[in-house]
Amino acid sequence: MDILVILGDAGRAALGPQAAIYALAAIGLNIHFGYTGLLNLGQVGFMLVGAYGVAITVATFGGPLWAGVLVGLACAVVLAILLGIPTLRLRADYLAIATIAAGEVLRLTYNAGFAQPVTGGVYGLQQFAGSFYATNPISPGSYGVGRLVYSERDLWVMVVGWGAVALATLGLFLLIRSPWGRVLRSVREDEDAARSLGKNVFGYKMQSLILGGVLGALGGMLLAVDTQAVAPNTFNPVVTFYLYTLLILGGAGRVLGPALGSVIFWFLLLFIDSALLQAIGAGYIPAEVLSPSDVGALRFALVGLALVLLLAFRPAGILGNPREMRLEAGAAGTPRRRRKSTQAGSDRERGVAR
Amino acid sequence: MRQRLVTLLLLLFAGMAVTSGAAALAQDGEVLQGTLEGPDGDPVPEVVITVEGDGQQVGTATSGPDGNWTVPLPAPGTYDVLLDAGTLPEGLRLRDEDDATLTDVTVRPGQQRTVLFPLESGSGEPEAGPGAAPAPPPGPTEPAGPSFGSRLAQLLVAGVKYGTIIAITSIGLSLVFGTTGLINFAHGELVTIGAMTAFFLNAAALGPGLALIPAAVVAIAVGALVGGALERGLWRPLRIRGTGRINLFIISIGLSLFLRHIILVFYGSRPQPYASYTIQQAIELGPIAITPRDLVITLVTLGVLLAVGLMLQRSRIGKAMRAVADDRDLAESSGVDVSRVILYVWLLGGGLAALGGVLFGLSEIVTWDMGFRLLLLMFAAVILGGLGSAFGAMAGGLLVGLVAQLSTLYFPIELQNAWALGVLILVLLVRPRGILGRAERVG
Repeated sequence: MDILVILGDAGRAALGPQAAIYALAAIGLNIHFGYTGLLNLGQVGFMLVGAYGVAITVATFGGPLWAGVLVGLACAVVLAILLGIPTLRLRADYLAIATIAAGEVLRLTYNAGFAQPVTGGVYGLQQFAGSFYATNPISPGSYGVGRLVYSERDLWVMVVGWGAVALATLGLFLLIRSPWGRVLRSVREDEDAARSLGKNVFGYKMQSLILGGVLGALGGMLLAVDTQAVAPNTFNPVVTFYLYTLLILGGAGRVLGPALGSVIFWFLLLFIDSALLQAIGAGYIPAEVLSPSDVGALRFALVGLALVLLLAFRPAGILGNPREMRLEAGAAGTPRRRRKSTQAGSDRERGVAR
Repeated sequence: MRQRLVTLLLLLFAGMAVTSGAAALAQDGEVLQGTLEGPDGDPVPEVVITVEGDGQQVGTATSGPDGNWTVPLPAPGTYDVLLDAGTLPEGLRLRDEDDATLTDVTVRPGQQRTVLFPLESGSGEPEAGPGAAPAPPPGPTEPAGPSFGSRLAQLLVAGVKYGTIIAITSIGLSLVFGTTGLINFAHGELVTIGAMTAFFLNAAALGPGLALIPAAVVAIAVGALVGGALERGLWRPLRIRGTGRINLFIISIGLSLFLRHIILVFYGSRPQPYASYTIQQAIELGPIAITPRDLVITLVTLGVLLAVGLMLQRSRIGKAMRAVADDRDLAESSGVDVSRVILYVWLLGGGLAALGGVLFGLSEIVTWDMGFRLLLLMFAAVILGGLGSAFGAMAGGLLVGLVAQLSTLYFPIELQNAWALGVLILVLLVRPRGILGRAERVG
């Protein structure tokens, strides 16, 4: 077992394009879940329409890349409006199920045979981001120190990706401190209170859904550009669960939560992955107990376990303020009647927090 | 005297990993497969089988020494299966030359479809090539080139079967929500655990090789115990700590992810059938053909639904469950032991989910993510019927199953679950409280 190799793998993933992509999509989710209390479980659907907006425009219709980006963003806005109209008036759990269902419907539809002429069906679309790489100003070669090296191609994606993350984080920072952001947070804390102050809660939720969805679509586009390929099965619901895990790990409702969460999440994921593979390779773990093909499954299991433990013991994550993100009964449109029944429990917790 | 030595090829779901390595991703491994056997039951090797979809070749396979062949498919859909009659060994031919091409073989998501090529002995030259007139008798379940009316009847039957399985699994989901306010995302895993337990007892190489019915009984017990253990070991302590319900919801997502992939590590990604009742001849009942297996599945689920309904209406504990789901505080102050009732709800829900899993695995196949694939349909059923109402879940489940199956009358089969989920979104738009839901403010 070579600890340097493991650390190198983990470090490369922590700063690499993948982490930037997930950070960007998680910032969108942070607007939904962290600041507005919308339990959007279909963020992967926004990523899908963003990615396919680019891929279809360029690969199927031969349009330029910038037009693809615009199409992807427009698709995300339309999706948010379509999803929002029926579900934003309902309780948070309805939104959750409707969004995950919508994400699955999108995936199945893009996957379907009749859509093949446009979406490429199960095989997806490839090689549509040539013009992105053509503008790469970084000269060919490999950059980095020690085992932490990236090709000029990766580096270009990383520059754009982390640049977008930085811009989105800054934008979020400013927005949340604006009056608009204060209303958003008040919707999260108590929707009825916000409504009684004359705020159009539905409108604010819709704006939040659109803004976060657009960021999700940007993440999807970056994913498509990074791999130069899209296929519907990349966009399965597990991606959204990853996003939730890293968002909660970093701290939901915190400006820097998604970026920090993404870096730590990918570091840990690849660390475990690489360490397990090395341990199997070196014979520390007998192949009968765990074969290399099981490592992928095991890491999903560990993500699930991490999600359970995080929410049970530190729902505020690393950066979070436990008092701000209570997300208890009463928040995010939980009906009044239910609040009563969980009152005893929540009082007890508040007593501990004080 | 005409001697007809005809043997149908058997559908041993033999060998061949469907997905390898990257098994971690939630992929549905659709497969077309079969076993070629001669009239005496001996395997027929070295025969070339080609699968086409939309006129394009999707894959080809050559039957192995045991007569087995498998063609992995990229997606569910409708395919043509061609047997190259020229590669049949000397002295064998297709019973019917037209059978060399099986057109429009429908493969459902995740299905390992077995197709039959009946062979007979004869010296006659097989003259028909692939692409001959399409006269398809595909597979054991769907009848060939049927009229609209009989297709409708057939799909209605399939829809009722699918729907009752969804209904039986969603009762627990709905009752748990009603009594504790938890949307249990890990409910699908109870389904998988049930199917898996029965599989290990019934068909696993290391298992005791129990018959399916006792194995199913044990599976129900295991499902109930797992449900009860989760309630006592996880959900109850969390409720006492006062964890918010959105947090509980996300915890259940994590739990689902965890359990599902632990199952994947132990079970593997290869879908496998139970040891018995996998292949049956359909019996004709008027316009519909149904295998005895599917008939029994439908009758068992309908019977169980009826029994659960009676239990909820008549028995003390059933009344207590409905009372707690209706108004927890009122029930508690009327002397109902809420904590005990919730435990019974979990036992009941876990057991029913396990039974649903066994029946779902029997009617299709046992896979590691079968519960998760069913989960969204269960949610659709529960919301359609009205969150928290057991009878609503039954009605919703039936409706979802019927919609999924009947949509294939007009739309591609790959989208059957998409239509069921589309109905869910539609219901949220017009009647968010569901068919049997209470008129309460939900937004």
